[in-house]
Amino acid sequence: MRITGLGRGVLYVVGATVAMIKMPVRLKFSALRDVTLHDYVSRFALGGAITVLAGMIARYFGPVAGGVFLAFPAIFPASATLIEKHQRPKKQRAGIAFTLRGRLAAAIDARGATLGSIALVLFALVCWQGLPRHRPVGVLGIALALWLALATTLWRLRQWHGLIRARHRRTPSR
Amino acid sequence: MELLIRVLTGGAIISVFALAGDVLKPKSFAGLFAAAPSVALASLALTIVNDGAAFAAVEARSMVVGALGFFVYARCCVDLMGTRHQSAMSATLCALPVWAAVSFTLWALLLR
Repeated sequence: MRITGLGRGVLYVVGATVAMIKMPVRLKFSALRDVTLHDYVSRFALGGAITVLAGMIARYFGPVAGGVFLAFPAIFPASATLIEKHQRPKKQRAGIAFTLRGRLAAAIDARGATLGSIALVLFALVCWQGLPRHRPVGVLGIALALWLALATTLWRLRQWHGLIRARHRRTPSR
Repeated sequence: MELLIRVLTGGAIISVFALAGDVLKPKSFAGLFAAAPSVALASLALTIVNDGAAFAAVEARSMVVGALGFFVYARCCVDLMGTRHQSAMSATLCALPVWAAVSFTLWALLLR
């Protein structure tokens, strides 16, 4: 796929911005120990079911109606429930019977999802405009890269905004 | 056979994104992957193979309103869990009609 003009410019700007930002993100593979076989199976089944459902709606009611389900929040309820569930035993081991920590952790996850959903709009726009004109594999790849780049940039901007607000709160007014 | 391929492809792609959400820290960054285009990737790829790129492009156009619905849905979930301290399961399931209402209202107004 050949990207020209504005498209190339946007790609360079987004890529450079993401590359310049020092990412405080890390991988914690030990978190996988908390995920049970049941969690894996239920997410796989849910994912398969919603993909089939989206395909069937597009087949029977047309692509204009079926397309809406491509942005269905399929794994979000399962992942939020999982986050809340995993916080509970940690606190119970520490002798705290009831805690809001799990719900607050799930709310933080949801806050990330709001940013991801803004980037999802960009993904859809790129696919809509790109698929009829360019090679589909390239369009899907670029749309996915742009989704990740925009979501990461928005997340980083909010981190900065939060830091600046916290600094203002700490500084006494003169 | 096509149904089986859809189940396997959709399940596999969504599981990969969910796994990324599990291992990435901090939580707010992992949350980005809860709104990853996992269903879209699987569905669009299969639609391109079966019905062609033009058909998939029409689906992607409708996906724009679905994504806007997802944004409002996720904001509702933040409020329900973070401020009203509802459980994750009840908040995420109770807010699903919000996704449907926003998405299909926009769909009816703009795309139908």
